Amino acid sequence: MTEAVLDIDDVAVSLGDVRVLDGVSAAVDRGTFVGLVGPNGAGKTTLLRTLNAALRPDEGTVRVTGQNVAELSAKEVGRLVATVPQDTSLSFDFSVRQTVEMGRTPYLSRFGGMRPEDHELVDRAMKQTAVDEFADRAITAISGGERQRVLLARALAQDTPLVLLDEPTASLDINHQVRTLELVRELVDDGKTVVAAIHDLNLAAHYCDELLLLGEGRILASGPPESVLTESTLERAFGANAVVSRHPVTGSVYVTALPDQRTHGEADGRVHVVGGGGSAARHLYLLSAAGYDVSVGALNEGDSDTETARQLGLDTVTVNPFAPVDAAARKTVTEYVERADVTLVVDIEIGEGNLANLEAARAADELVLVETRPFAERNYAGESAARTYETLRSRATVVTPDEVLGAVTAAIERARTPTPAQHDY
Amino acid sequence: MQTTTKTAVWSAALCGLLLVVVLVSAGIGPVSIPATTVAKTMLNAIAVPTSFSVSLGHFSLVGITVPLPAPEIGTVHPFAFDVRDSHATIVTNIRLPRIVLGAVVGFSLAAAGVVMQGFFRNPMADPSIIGVSSGAAVGAVLAIIAPFALPFGLQLQGAAFLGAILTAFGVYLIATEGGKTPVATLLLAGVAVQTLLGALTSFMLLHSGESLRQVVYWLMGHLDNTSWNEVLVAAAIVPPLFAILVLHTRDLNVLLLGEEDAHSLGIEVARTKKLLLAVASVMTAAAVSVSGVIGFVGLIVPHILRLLVGPDHRILLPTSALAGASFLVATDTIARSGTAELPVGIVTAALGAPFFLYLLRRQEVHKL
Repeated sequence: MTEAVLDIDDVAVSLGDVRVLDGVSAAVDRGTFVGLVGPNGAGKTTLLRTLNAALRPDEGTVRVTGQNVAELSAKEVGRLVATVPQDTSLSFDFSVRQTVEMGRTPYLSRFGGMRPEDHELVDRAMKQTAVDEFADRAITAISGGERQRVLLARALAQDTPLVLLDEPTASLDINHQVRTLELVRELVDDGKTVVAAIHDLNLAAHYCDELLLLGEGRILASGPPESVLTESTLERAFGANAVVSRHPVTGSVYVTALPDQRTHGEADGRVHVVGGGGSAARHLYLLSAAGYDVSVGALNEGDSDTETARQLGLDTVTVNPFAPVDAAARKTVTEYVERADVTLVVDIEIGEGNLANLEAARAADELVLVETRPFAERNYAGESAARTYETLRSRATVVTPDEVLGAVTAAIERARTPTPAQHDY
Repeated sequence: MQTTTKTAVWSAALCGLLLVVVLVSAGIGPVSIPATTVAKTMLNAIAVPTSFSVSLGHFSLVGITVPLPAPEIGTVHPFAFDVRDSHATIVTNIRLPRIVLGAVVGFSLAAAGVVMQGFFRNPMADPSIIGVSSGAAVGAVLAIIAPFALPFGLQLQGAAFLGAILTAFGVYLIATEGGKTPVATLLLAGVAVQTLLGALTSFMLLHSGESLRQVVYWLMGHLDNTSWNEVLVAAAIVPPLFAILVLHTRDLNVLLLGEEDAHSLGIEVARTKKLLLAVASVMTAAAVSVSGVIGFVGLIVPHILRLLVGPDHRILLPTSALAGASFLVATDTIARSGTAELPVGIVTAALGAPFFLYLLRRQEVHKL
């Protein structure tokens, strides 16, 4: 059995009259990296401040290695929990070494100075975080990323079983975000226990062993990233329209937040898109963000337009990779085209494999064609394809890629206005 | 260099400087006395205790007489240099009390200034930031223009001390809500109370009649007519308080990180803040009540020393205090050596402000 370094039991905290945390319970085992995620105002910082006894819970207890931190002196807590702040307000010219040495404060007697073992721990912490190269520079003269490492070194010098990080990457550029979290990851692999409030869900998913999802002062989900970051929990916690997939490179859970269709797009109508090879991605995104019900196909599995469509949560007709559009797929596409108010054909290259899509588009009420070069240049399916395209083009609105949204909107209006009755006088 | 070594070297150098300043200063005046004679006189005064007995005596502190067991110590003077009597009298009874008081006052103000600037993390913080000097001024002016209005037979210095302490405590109470004393509130409450007390002092000045000159003189800060009694009172109050501050220099460093950080590094923030504020205020009150309002010592000396030795309070506090002592002794020497004696407060301000502006333009004092 692993030993719980941190045990949060039914904690409730109020700030003023507002109950910020309510009934929060969690346990963190030794050697785990726990990411604290959740929307702004969910109580992440409040929870961290309760863990290091800066705040006293109204109810419940926080135990670190079995000891209730609310009942300990600041010095005793300082030996159990180290906190890495977002940044330091230290504006005096303390050197990097002096700043790291401050981590030894909870161990020093008022009447004595640093002992050899204190110096040893400071040196080791500086080496681990690679701040020893600029140990004598002033804390005000180094970059934000370096300063974050110095603060981490200070926390390591504190030699505590538990380290807390409050948005350690909030003010860093992308390179330093990754470097900082890589460093924390290494420390955890060496046996440290870390709880970090992290804003970026994808960084949290990639680096943390477990996530605690806070929302409205409660824990909405906890466990491994893939079990916490699901579309339904994200919807609950953030009210966000997010898509969860696997990152193609790292294989970690990957969250993409999308513009909220319910609030962003007011547009109403169905659009079917014929595309492929990434040519439709931008149009899919814009149409879906505008609020249209978008379907797309048929596309090959693995096509980048297919990925985009999946991430946007669109109805997608697919066939196997490199396979031609078969009869079944063609039938489905025709159904989508018939149901749609408008069909958009992007200027893709047409071969025998996807000619069926073009033929299915003939069923459309309203057509919008994107053209940046003549069809002849992208026709690999011969004379019959050219004839089909010409049929479509004769009754379509032909636009450049930038005009798509406007053309679709206009076409939908036409499709929805009943044809005036013909009167013969 | 290790902090302790660095502190020792700097402190020793500044002690040496102080000694030189004192020797030179005691020689300057209407009667010029060579520094060697001053040194001999001072050595002659050194007494080594040989026997010890205790009898019940009385001790007078800030005008209040309390019965106290008085130790009686038999002494031997190890040195007996030949010094002319008139010179010995001038040095021991006239110049040295004033010089030693100046040193103690400068020491206190500079030390309190370091603490207040660190505590408030504000470059404009001075020892009187929570109204100590304004309170002392009200007490002192009241003692001068209406001595009959004071309770308990308080003297001028007692009244000033009481005014200072009451004001500091009042400001603290005003700024405290629900057991918390936010530094920003404390600062603003201090400014407001200083303004209010300034108005009160001005009003009393208008009605001070014949004592106007004496009141103005006190308000400008001065060290003349000093007796060994005042020196003893100040010297009894200041060292123990300074010792408390020295024991909290590491806490002061950590407090610079901000209260939240300081807490996570094991500092009992609320208790430490209260203690530092109280000690620095009492030190300031002790200095101001014997010398009047001497400005700028507590503001610029810490700034200059921070540029020289860095921001670490373990070295900044003792060095600033020693430098403050030298600075005030030197400026007071200038103040009393002109044809007409000036209040030393005028000299410290007149010398200190331009020097500070020079530093401000040249160095990055504003980075604080």
